[in-house]
Amino acid sequence: MSTLTEPTLRIVFFEGETASHWPGETLFETMSVLLGKGYALTRPQPGGRVSPHDRGETVWLGQFEGAVVPEPMDRADRARFLDVSGMPAEAVAEKVEARRGEAKAVEHGLWKPWFPVIDYDRCTNCMQCLSFCLFGVYGVDEQQKIQAQNLDQCKTNCPACSRVCPEAAIMFPKYKSGPINGDQVSDADLNREKMKIDISALLGGDVYDMLRTRSERAKSRFSKERDSDKALAERQKCLTKLAQLTADVPREVLMSLPSPEEIARKAEEARQRAARHLGQMPEA
Amino acid sequence: MSAPRILYCHCNYAQVVPRETKEAVLRHLCSGGAAFEAVADLCEMSARKDGALQRLADPNGGGVRIAACFPRAVKWLFASAGAPLTSDRVEVLNMRVQPAQEIVEALGRPELRPNLPSGKETTESSPS
Ligand code: SF4
Ligand code: SF4
Repeated sequence: MSTLTEPTLRIVFFEGETASHWPGETLFETMSVLLGKGYALTRPQPGGRVSPHDRGETVWLGQFEGAVVPEPMDRADRARFLDVSGMPAEAVAEKVEARRGEAKAVEHGLWKPWFPVIDYDRCTNCMQCLSFCLFGVYGVDEQQKIQAQNLDQCKTNCPACSRVCPEAAIMFPKYKSGPINGDQVSDADLNREKMKIDISALLGGDVYDMLRTRSERAKSRFSKERDSDKALAERQKCLTKLAQLTADVPREVLMSLPSPEEIARKAEEARQRAARHLGQMPEA
Repeated sequence: MSAPRILYCHCNYAQVVPRETKEAVLRHLCSGGAAFEAVADLCEMSARKDGALQRLADPNGGGVRIAACFPRAVKWLFASAGAPLTSDRVEVLNMRVQPAQEIVEALGRPELRPNLPSGKETTESSPS
């Protein structure tokens, strides 16, 4: 998970002492561009103190307008002053980006932060999510408490595991609607069948049953014409249909499902891991 | 008691927060004289367990006011990054559903109205 562990830059909008005031609209435009590039920004009180950044360099942006640009007081502080007097927002961003490259800080935005967030006020540690997820996103901590661990293995835009959680405890804050997006959970949500999906649909049962039925039908009708391209097209059609049935599981996720045998193996592994953590099976 | 610290989330990697709301709130903050923190995406920071979240979660004297999305999501994003928020010292303003004007007014209130959920809250089912 390298993009999640690399250092970052912290940007501070400096004013007071030798730097002049940031006019509101200039500040807004510059901040908007930098936020769009993934940076974390601080606008302190003029002359106010700023604690050192914990994982990387702090870059102070100032309108010095000919005044002396301060030198970093202490190299260990990892602070850097940039004079951006009169620069339009895009030019400021270019300068910051150049500094990011020199400082070997992470380039944001290469990964969409889509991952399950567990509401431990609701979670009962039942391990259904762990036994459901084929992609190894879930694990447990030393106290055998469920955790979302391998966040970048989560399939972007797929909220499927939140639908197998009996307590509606799994959120995807960037999901379109509640309660998956973090909105309050209602009694109706807990009882509503459409909140839930059939686990077997993603574990292969339904998908492959549909595929088999369709391909047997196709075989009998067009046995002579069949080729691998047609089979692929059929698989796509079938999976698109399934995607419609399950409403919001993205097609790419269904398309990237491994072979039935692989799915069966992973499902069994995940089930065993969950059972072990629930104390129902000895360690392998 | 000092004024609440302000944290604004730009929700950069999704289109779930109305753009006009984000713009109006950020423009308001930039035109005022108060100090504030603005982050591109709290979800991304949570995923990277960014150490800055500890600093941002610190309620200090006057508590923290966070303009982002649903309080339940914000609470657990901080917690899962090892930077739990102090329940009774945090007010979350929800830019997904609250109008910009309401958020701007709330940002200027001297007193904090803590609203993080605690415990397993479930709203009554509405008769349908
Ligand atoms: S399925 Fe839900 S309640 Fe069960 S362990 Fe996962 S998050 Fe917790
Ligand atoms: S915390 Fe909410 S507003 Fe911020 S990035 Fe995540 S989903 Fe968007």
